[in-house]
Amino acid sequence: MNVRSQISMVFHLDKCIGCHTCSLACKNLWTDRPGTEYMWWNNVETKPGTGYPTLYEDQEQYDGGWVLEDGQLRLKLGSKKSELINLSYNPRLPTLDDYYHPWTYRYKDLIDAPLGDDQPVARPISMITGEDMEIEAGPNWDDDLSGSPIYAANDPNLGVLNEEEKRRFFELQQLVYFYLPRMCNHCLNPSCVAACPSGAIYKRGEDGIVLVSQEKCQGWRMCVSGCPYKKVYFNWNSGKAEKCILCYPRLEMGEAPACMHSCVGKIRYLGVVLYDADRIEESASRPESELVEAQRDMILDPFDPEVIREAANSGIDRKIVESAQKSPVFKFVKQWRMALPLHPEWRTLPMLFYVPPLLPVTATLNQQGFYEMETDFFSSLENARLPIRYMASLFSAGDESEVIAVYRKLLGVRIYKRAQTVGDISMETAQRALEEAHLTPEEVEGIFYLTALAGFDERLVVPPFMREQVVELGIDTQAFQEQRGAGFLYWPKRGL
Amino acid sequence: MSWIKDIVNPKLRLWEEFYRNRWQHDKVVRSTHGVNCTGGCSWNIYVKNGIVTWEMQATDYPKLENSLPLYEPRGCQRGIVYSWYVYSPLRMKYPYLRGVLMDLWESARTKHKDPVEAWASIVEDEEKRHEYQTARGKGGFRRAGWDQCLELIVASMLYTAKKYGPDRVIGFSPIPAMSMLSYAAGSRFLQLFGGVMLSFYDMYADFPPASPETWGEKTDVAESADWFNSKYIVVEGSNLSMTRTPDAHFVVEARHNGSKLVVLSPDLSQVSKHADWWIPVNAGMDGAMWMAVNHVILKEFHVDRQVPYFVDYLKRYSDTPFLIEIEKTADGHAAGRFLRANRLARYRDVENGEWKCVVLDSPSGQARMPQGSIGFRWQSQDGQWNLQLKDGLDGTDIDPQLSLIEGSEDVLQISFIDFGGGRTFCRGVPVRYIETIDGRVAVTTGLDLLMAQYGVPRGLAGDYPTSYDDEEIAYTPAWQEKFTGTGRNTVVQLAREFATTAEKTKGKCTIIVGSGINHWYHNNLHYRAGISALILCGCVGVNGGGMNHYTGQEKLTPMASWGTLANALDWVRPPRLQNGPSFHYVHSDQWRYERRHDDYHPPGGRFAREHFMDLQVDAVRMGWLPFYPQFNRNPIQLVRDAEEAGAHTVPEIADWTVNQLRTGKVRFSVEEPDLPENWPRVWLIWRANALHSSAKGQEYFQRHYLGTHSNAIADEVAQDTVQEVECRESAPQGKMDLVVDLNFRMDTSALYSDVILPSASWYEKNDLNTTDLHSYIHPLGAAVPPCWESRSDWDIFRALAEKTSELARTHFPDPFRDLVATPLLHDTRDEIAQPEVRDWTKGECEPVPGKTMPHLTVVERDYVNLAHRFNSLGPGVKEHGVEDHGIDMDVADLYDEFAKTVPAYEWNGHRYPSLKDAVDAANFVLFFAPECNGEVAYRGFKERERQVGLPLADLAESYRGVRYDFADLGKQPRRILTSPCWSGIVNNGRAYTGYAMNIERLIPWRTLTGRQHLYLDHEAYRAFGESYPTFKPRIPLANTLNLVNSKAFGKAVTLACITPHGKWHIHSTYYDDLRMLTLSRGVEPFWLNDKDAADIGVLDNDWVEAYNDNGVIVTRAVVSARIPRGICIFYHAPERTISFPKSPVRKNRRGGGTNSITRMRLKPVLMAGGYAQNCYRFNDYGPPATDRDTYVIVHKLEGKPQWD
Repeated sequence: MNVRSQISMVFHLDKCIGCHTCSLACKNLWTDRPGTEYMWWNNVETKPGTGYPTLYEDQEQYDGGWVLEDGQLRLKLGSKKSELINLSYNPRLPTLDDYYHPWTYRYKDLIDAPLGDDQPVARPISMITGEDMEIEAGPNWDDDLSGSPIYAANDPNLGVLNEEEKRRFFELQQLVYFYLPRMCNHCLNPSCVAACPSGAIYKRGEDGIVLVSQEKCQGWRMCVSGCPYKKVYFNWNSGKAEKCILCYPRLEMGEAPACMHSCVGKIRYLGVVLYDADRIEESASRPESELVEAQRDMILDPFDPEVIREAANSGIDRKIVESAQKSPVFKFVKQWRMALPLHPEWRTLPMLFYVPPLLPVTATLNQQGFYEMETDFFSSLENARLPIRYMASLFSAGDESEVIAVYRKLLGVRIYKRAQTVGDISMETAQRALEEAHLTPEEVEGIFYLTALAGFDERLVVPPFMREQVVELGIDTQAFQEQRGAGFLYWPKRGL
Repeated sequence: MSWIKDIVNPKLRLWEEFYRNRWQHDKVVRSTHGVNCTGGCSWNIYVKNGIVTWEMQATDYPKLENSLPLYEPRGCQRGIVYSWYVYSPLRMKYPYLRGVLMDLWESARTKHKDPVEAWASIVEDEEKRHEYQTARGKGGFRRAGWDQCLELIVASMLYTAKKYGPDRVIGFSPIPAMSMLSYAAGSRFLQLFGGVMLSFYDMYADFPPASPETWGEKTDVAESADWFNSKYIVVEGSNLSMTRTPDAHFVVEARHNGSKLVVLSPDLSQVSKHADWWIPVNAGMDGAMWMAVNHVILKEFHVDRQVPYFVDYLKRYSDTPFLIEIEKTADGHAAGRFLRANRLARYRDVENGEWKCVVLDSPSGQARMPQGSIGFRWQSQDGQWNLQLKDGLDGTDIDPQLSLIEGSEDVLQISFIDFGGGRTFCRGVPVRYIETIDGRVAVTTGLDLLMAQYGVPRGLAGDYPTSYDDEEIAYTPAWQEKFTGTGRNTVVQLAREFATTAEKTKGKCTIIVGSGINHWYHNNLHYRAGISALILCGCVGVNGGGMNHYTGQEKLTPMASWGTLANALDWVRPPRLQNGPSFHYVHSDQWRYERRHDDYHPPGGRFAREHFMDLQVDAVRMGWLPFYPQFNRNPIQLVRDAEEAGAHTVPEIADWTVNQLRTGKVRFSVEEPDLPENWPRVWLIWRANALHSSAKGQEYFQRHYLGTHSNAIADEVAQDTVQEVECRESAPQGKMDLVVDLNFRMDTSALYSDVILPSASWYEKNDLNTTDLHSYIHPLGAAVPPCWESRSDWDIFRALAEKTSELARTHFPDPFRDLVATPLLHDTRDEIAQPEVRDWTKGECEPVPGKTMPHLTVVERDYVNLAHRFNSLGPGVKEHGVEDHGIDMDVADLYDEFAKTVPAYEWNGHRYPSLKDAVDAANFVLFFAPECNGEVAYRGFKERERQVGLPLADLAESYRGVRYDFADLGKQPRRILTSPCWSGIVNNGRAYTGYAMNIERLIPWRTLTGRQHLYLDHEAYRAFGESYPTFKPRIPLANTLNLVNSKAFGKAVTLACITPHGKWHIHSTYYDDLRMLTLSRGVEPFWLNDKDAADIGVLDNDWVEAYNDNGVIVTRAVVSARIPRGICIFYHAPERTISFPKSPVRKNRRGGGTNSITRMRLKPVLMAGGYAQNCYRFNDYGPPATDRDTYVIVHKLEGKPQWD
């Protein structure tokens, strides 16, 4: 057993209100510099929809992630050799149009316009060229665009549905959408790292954060192609790749990443999980139907004495183990099995997990042609507006049983709490729902608490960073305190 | 796994400092955003090197009960990008004057030493006036000096006060709660000057008139944490995820606690994503569904079976047991007024007997007068104004009979109008006959009348439906289908689930509602239908229950002390406060484009007049609504004239004025608003986008106020129908002499104003902020000083006050008297002024100020010392105390205590607490507010105890020693205290919910019966058929006059245009923020249904033109089946300054925003006054400026968009 610690996340999609505050917190802190304007390390997509960059999920076009070939993992992008051939020309890179052309406005015209014969207006101009431009795409162009013949209809995940099922999405009775916030998954088997010809991308040993060294990066952009989630970006100004850094400067001070801190829907959970690094390759190489379970298996129980012992052997501080014991991610992913990885079939072992959303029940038209709801009291599995197959395409490499199990739990908790707090659903009915969901009343209370009541520090459990130990490996800690801790960027030079 | 690189060695990771450096900052300061979003979120503002870098949410809110989710982190996508504005290219760094006016002014100043004379030389010259007015909104600004601008503004104000009167100087600043000191700065200055403040809540149509109709209260709702307590949540007209962004999680979390969420919304709105049931009710038809829900609830939970909790609740807390007289009419019977106690022999001599209502006591079988009616509130004997079911005469117990069907003496057929189906029904109602002093009258109960109105069959003769499936008879589940598009079974199931939940939980069902319903013309009826369901199931005043209306950040929690500061009541009273809708409807001449009010709903009786303006004029004459300017004469001159005629005391001057009015020598301005002496002249705007997002009928504002370009092509059609108003031949253009805007950014209002004064933004000033949605009070804090030449609003108005005092030495050297007319007011004895409608101008009664017409008061003003008064807390606080909701709190000793601990300001030999600095003002507000000082709360409860006669002060015992000051708020948000001025009880972390105190402590609602009113018996309501909850559909296209001159050509479609609040801006703020524009396709797009779009050949992102007779919008389309056919959505209030091209259908003038296609219309029934809860109060009562019933023609823009 080779125990490592990894900062990991759960996004409870049922709670997501699609506000994009997360994206903007990130934008403010990290990507409003020249060269990063078009980057949204964190973005929010409407599903069904085509995402950002558009159609990124279509790996036939982009060749991201891993494939299994004769039982061996290899980059879908191709071997190192073919990569090198493509170094200067890479047709699988998204273009600016696939993201969007960033723009601003001639704002100053409003203050400076001379007296004219009509009201002045600020026109859009390119942020790159400064010229007038027509805006044709944006980072969330299909936001809230359910029932759009251009965007919703072209969601790659709809491929699992038949024509009749697709058509129904355009009728009021079944119209639906939900939100999918996305950021770097800080994968255990990151294809961006593997794709980099310069060795510039690495996982931090202490927390598993995947970083692109801004010193070593030579701008080959293979990471951009290699990442199936398209979460590494090319800074056209610095000529280097950049990506989500999980706000390590904040984490190191005990603060949650900005996107998580600012999540006003309170959908985000963060905590450390321990995993067995010896099992990465094997887990990523399993048949598609086993991928979710294999990844879950890799995550270790921080209460298990053997794991605690092995963690110590692997150099993991006791304080990290204790933090892992409080991790809400461990609970949602491993204990309750309610959070699933996004597109596990890309085999990167993404460490960001999603609880799929409940959605309104469907309706029918009555004899008079008026809209009648199905009679389910709550959202239901049977009358859900999105077929389970769609969710399975997103979160379980097509394995519907994984998704059904989650929904049974989500509904079981609600039914049980209804019986408990109102009583118009009988306790017997509630007990049956719990049995179907394989839940105990104690688990219900636990899930309910973490979903509804848990406070900031219970949802976002930042492990202790013990920076002195990392610093000490490079420089005496007191010297660091005196010289660098005080933060001089420029030193005066002696002489004239 | 050679490719996985775990690196620990820091020598290889030194580059990581790159991002650490970016994160580093120097200072964090707490502030918030004053933007009328209702969020009221606490933010940490990060500063690095003296520059604001960004903001993150504060997460240190004190906890409520452990059973509730936490508030943190509050703050949405808009708030988190505010820092962009601080240094943006839109930032107003300096004062600006439009070049044309600057040239005129500088030239006039060289010719005239005196600035007032210089101003006269410009505005009295029609050519010059025209020159700068037509330049408005067309660019040409020049940087100006502060002193130059202050002098010009004050010169215009003094000129106006001298020539026309100070009530021609108006101010507009909305929503004080969002930055209450910045609001108070300007209003204090204006009230000292004698100017007029315009209301906002009703102007925005955010104010729900159903609330005063039912509860006698502006709005009193649960904080969002209380949603979590609800077990059945119906959301309608409120897109929580979009518009209550920081609160939406409480609903989502409640679902995981077993609550059901039902969303009624015509489009698949963002909150619908969270619904168990999304019901796409046709736009503007929600009321019909609630009528049917009530039909089911009454039938199954009140007739077929009775629920003890519901029955008990109705008896104690609603007007349903009160007796209503049945009147004989020409063709049968009709419901009349509540039977009044003084008509019964037993009670004929009781004080205020005409304002006390009666029930039928079950045990005795006699009509009895329970305590709590409004007559008890204003009687000489204390302690009987409460909800105890005791006879007000002798204290004996009363058990009211809810229905007379058992043992009825007769069944009378009463006619009911089905406004939706256009039919009249006759339905039997059980009656008793009661002996009154003028004979035997038939009476029934409120509940019996309600049963008949809803058509609940109880075996009585008449047009009752046979079953729920009866499609023809109102208000069955089958009947509502054709209006709502929703099937009958769904409605029946909804009703059953709703009522069952309420029965099981004792009222934990809520309706969360907002502008999506409230902006319709018949909003009050939609609301009252929903409120009925809540009251019938005992859900109001219960945690987890209630009609939770959220539209606008209207809740200024420390109202009592703030009101004193803002209205300058420490120096002068009464203030001049005007309802915005009437003001703008009249002065911007929108009434001239309106036809007859019977287009909307034909009334009977005296209200069967031709035009809204006639009723507006009546309402002013009878004291129902305020109106400024008051008279066609300068109110300063009026006093001088009165004095000259020998009238000296205030009553003498009032008498003299009444005689002048009676004889027509003086006239109300509203009777001839277009006469130049009746125009408003100088307009100060701050914290507002008054010429844009607040301007319902914006194109008429541009034409008639500003005198500049306009895209309206509607005809003036009022001249043939108005009777009470002089209609001059053509409407004047350019009424405003000067428009001044205080702003931190170049928004549409700034662009169209004459002078722009740069104001400090929300991270550059100290202020206070409260909201309905949570129970904390937040500071705005100065993270950096006001940038460039900007100043805080407080300092700007202080500077204007100082300039006024300086220039007044020449023009108003001595104190003078000013005649102030004010309407009959809620929470005063005026509530019992007019038991019946009598119009003195028709000789129906005598003109008596404060009784049958407005109050007339004389106020002494002192312009030379205006700045001193502004800067010091005057003796009025000691003399009058502070007041709210009719509770006077004596604070004389606290004034002395306060004076010892705060900076002093001395003038004229006296020493006062200083108000020079905004922080001083903040500390005044906090120290004298019952919500922030436990001692003041305690005293308020003592006073309420006296009125009510029941113990209340125990609520404040535990926190009597608590005080908050401004410094405290900066350290951590503070939770408001349980206050006698509000109705929620928040002790021990309990969530605030409206009317808990009424339920638990038996404090009456401030209504006619003291109970919640489902029946309104004012003559106007009966005339318009709205005395009981009913349904009126949305206004049909033809009656709106939207498309008389606008014609469709080519491929076009006519759509109802709805303008809900959107995702990427709060009103117009944040709209021009680059971050938000990046996420909103770079423009405010126009949302169309996919099939409607296909019909007119429009693809996603094509440019479209949408127009009607009021104006035009040119923007891009978004195509989605999320929008139903027949409607389009253009989200509220994008700035017309960003990315709007020219409009080919309007002579290539630039198109406008949401308000360009609107014209406001007022609902006459909501003007009623002087009658219990139908009584005026600023922002709390009056007809809202609704604009939702709007239609447009939409087609694809021809060719490429033209910009210049």
